[in-house]
Amino acid sequence: MEQVVDKAQSKTLKVSVLSQLRNLTLLSILLIAWQLISTKLLSESMALLMPPPTALATAAWELIKSGELLHHLLSSLKRELWAFLLAAGAIPLGIAMGWWKIVHNQMDPLIEILRPIPPLAWIPLSILWFGIGDSQNVFIIFLGIFFPILLNTITGVKNVETNLIRAARCVGANEWNVLRRVVFKAAFPQIVTGIRVGLGVGWMALVAAELVGASSGLGFLINDARTMLRTDIVIVGMLTIGVAGLLIDVIIRKLSRRLLPWSVGLSK
Amino acid sequence: MSRLVVSDVCKAYTGKNTTDSVVALQNVTFTVAHNEFCSILGHSGCGKTTLLNMIAGFERLTSGKLLLDETPVGKPGWERAVIFQDYALFPWMTVYENIAFGLEMKKVPLKERTYVTEQHVQLVGLAGFEKRYPHELSGGMRQRVAIARALAVDPHVLLMDEPFAALDAQNRAMMQNEMIRIWETERKTVIFVTHSIEEAIKLSDRIIVMTCRPGHVKENIVVDLPRPRHEEDPAVTTLKRRIRSLINKELEDESCTAKKNGL
Repeated sequence: MEQVVDKAQSKTLKVSVLSQLRNLTLLSILLIAWQLISTKLLSESMALLMPPPTALATAAWELIKSGELLHHLLSSLKRELWAFLLAAGAIPLGIAMGWWKIVHNQMDPLIEILRPIPPLAWIPLSILWFGIGDSQNVFIIFLGIFFPILLNTITGVKNVETNLIRAARCVGANEWNVLRRVVFKAAFPQIVTGIRVGLGVGWMALVAAELVGASSGLGFLINDARTMLRTDIVIVGMLTIGVAGLLIDVIIRKLSRRLLPWSVGLSK
Repeated sequence: MSRLVVSDVCKAYTGKNTTDSVVALQNVTFTVAHNEFCSILGHSGCGKTTLLNMIAGFERLTSGKLLLDETPVGKPGWERAVIFQDYALFPWMTVYENIAFGLEMKKVPLKERTYVTEQHVQLVGLAGFEKRYPHELSGGMRQRVAIARALAVDPHVLLMDEPFAALDAQNRAMMQNEMIRIWETERKTVIFVTHSIEEAIKLSDRIIVMTCRPGHVKENIVVDLPRPRHEEDPAVTTLKRRIRSLINKELEDESCTAKKNGL
């Protein structure tokens, strides 16, 4: 009996590993083609603009060994984190807007005017306000994170099932407890979605902000490398930005699944 | 004592124009005695849920009086706990936390809260499921949680809005029997909204038969039969036939008026 189960398990494991490897076929072919084109086909000056994967690996290793990559990555992450902490203020504001009509009516015009302005459009003004440096960067990222959290929180609060609120009231919950124990909890999955979207938008805004107004960070790294024609560093920096963005998203997804085991059941 | 008096209750929904206004309930009057199990029976759209919502305090009456122990009912509160058709359990709370929620809101001290919660977990037969989340339970079990959550706060009246309508036939029959058992253990005044004649007869001491547009009381029937009531029992079948003809007549009347009005 157990043997059969073991066999079946090892079989499915083998199959899943195989199919995962199969999914990488196209990527591998492209990488090999890239390598061949850069080293064999392109002239030396052209190859400088399109360094082969092996050169990228070397550059990446150099950057990691010197600690430079980590340094820039950390200062970018630090800015993203600060901006997120500030933008978390969108959660109570969103709850208030979703719950009390008067707050919504007062805040809505303001938000509808500010929301469509892309965070990047704030860069010139923010440089004049904050100068070049961390606060200016954080401000731009903050704008990127704030609105997705706010809008998702409002939607989440408005979509809380009426009967859940009624159920709480009819066993004696007062207004504050209805808000804290029911509305906030019921809207939480949607708030987490807002946080995920927000951090993604913020991460994009971060790189742009660092391109023009920073002396550290991944955006600075790739722009700085450009001025020295180090395309290998530019591409390694770009890949790091992509991987870090992906990791942030994966971590939040995993965390929310951990913290909200019940929301998995909801989506069923 | 928990006596509920419904006296001349009217409910109208006003639209943008006067023609849009709908009278949902007209001069509804009846009394539910202390610890009586009273069903409100009628077609969908006859305003029975509206009536329940007004007793719960979710909606306001247009005119008339609703008195619980001589006091007009106001905002929703634990004296009038509601059980919903869709259970309305808090999905982020376990079975235990759901049942304890009302006690926590009532600021019952922890020791007593634990005792009462455990007692109600037992009462509805959910021992061993305390740590489960609602999405891990079947429909019948979810409704047991909702019943326990409502009973735990020791309400004066238990309001039930078609609580078993979402269950399959087998589970529904089982939950009806469970309801009788629970009610006999923990006597309460119950207002039970349903559209099933069989369900009303099986459970109630009193059946308020309501008619449609605008909703009003067609007949106030006292069911004085011993429980458990069996479907084949001649007294039950007679009563069933009587109520069915009441309701069918209402439908015929309605189609007659519709014809007359050329609809």
